[in-house]
Amino acid sequence: MVKNLYIILVLVGLGFMFYTFADGFESADKLNPVAERYAKQGPDEVGAANLVTAVVVTYRGLDTLGEVTILFLSAAIVAFFLKVTYGEEEKRQTRSVSEIMQTAARLLTPAVFLLGIYVFINGHLTPGGGFQGGAIIASGLVLMLLAKPNMKVSHTLIHVVESISGLAFVFIGVLGILYAGGFLDNSLMGMGTLGSLLSAGVIPLIYIFVGLKVGAELSNIVAHLQESQNEA
Amino acid sequence: MENIGLENIALFSGLILSLVGLWGLLTQKNIIKMIVGFALLDTGIHLIMIAVGYVKNSTAPIIGEGVTKANAADVIADPIPQALVLTAIVIGLGITALMLAYAVKMHQKKKSLDINHYKDLKW
Repeated sequence: MVKNLYIILVLVGLGFMFYTFADGFESADKLNPVAERYAKQGPDEVGAANLVTAVVVTYRGLDTLGEVTILFLSAAIVAFFLKVTYGEEEKRQTRSVSEIMQTAARLLTPAVFLLGIYVFINGHLTPGGGFQGGAIIASGLVLMLLAKPNMKVSHTLIHVVESISGLAFVFIGVLGILYAGGFLDNSLMGMGTLGSLLSAGVIPLIYIFVGLKVGAELSNIVAHLQESQNEA
Repeated sequence: MENIGLENIALFSGLILSLVGLWGLLTQKNIIKMIVGFALLDTGIHLIMIAVGYVKNSTAPIIGEGVTKANAADVIADPIPQALVLTAIVIGLGITALMLAYAVKMHQKKKSLDINHYKDLKW
């Protein structure tokens, strides 16, 4: 009883705080100085048409590296927790997947993978980028697993892709120290013209590796969650 | 309240979503439902951050139609909260996957998803 009262108090208090903040909310008329600098200098300094990408990959590139590391860590912990014991092959009983689902998955999976690749290759020009593209690729794997619940996912392939792209990301960053302005500086390669595919220095390259890495990590998590259903 | 813009709608739905998520987190007994509550709280906070970064009558921070290098600083929304939310979404996904893995493991151990059956850290 007292517990319920506390919960109500917390929710009402927080709701009141939120409400007073949101009620008179007026969005700003102009950008704050940091954002203004990014907007004015970004196109020339970084060369990416998508300014969010410029912030994510170049201005805050170290944050992105940390973020990829956190994702790797959570994928590794999931893999550690759901370690599969390949003992007696007792398949879990699943309802047979409907014809529509199987055909649609066969038709759509290549298109989903292609869309993911498109999204991360064009990350510096259009909305999207490595993380979103990687998530789309992993969702293609989810579709495949829904159509074939007992499919085996190759962990070796996932680990190879993940390790190579992670190493390449750091390697590009270190090359930036040696040959350009600093760690993850994108002026390592030519800037190109603003808005074309081969522009913004190494951003497309970094986003390709980020996309592959995120796709591999999320696929790894999904595959481990699927396999752990076979035990129990 | 004569001119309600898109940012106010996003802000209020974010607030409601995060309150619903917090309520779920505090009251539900089923671990899976608590994880759903966490995901709602997460999404609500993302919506609030995006809404706060909006600039009046602005457009997406991508140089293309209508946004040129010269006028970019006057017509775009703040790109920094958007970059932060991009990060936060991925981290939220990782945390949700981690919690689901814990839930699977807990269910394997005790065959129960009721939080009241787990007293190991209770004081």
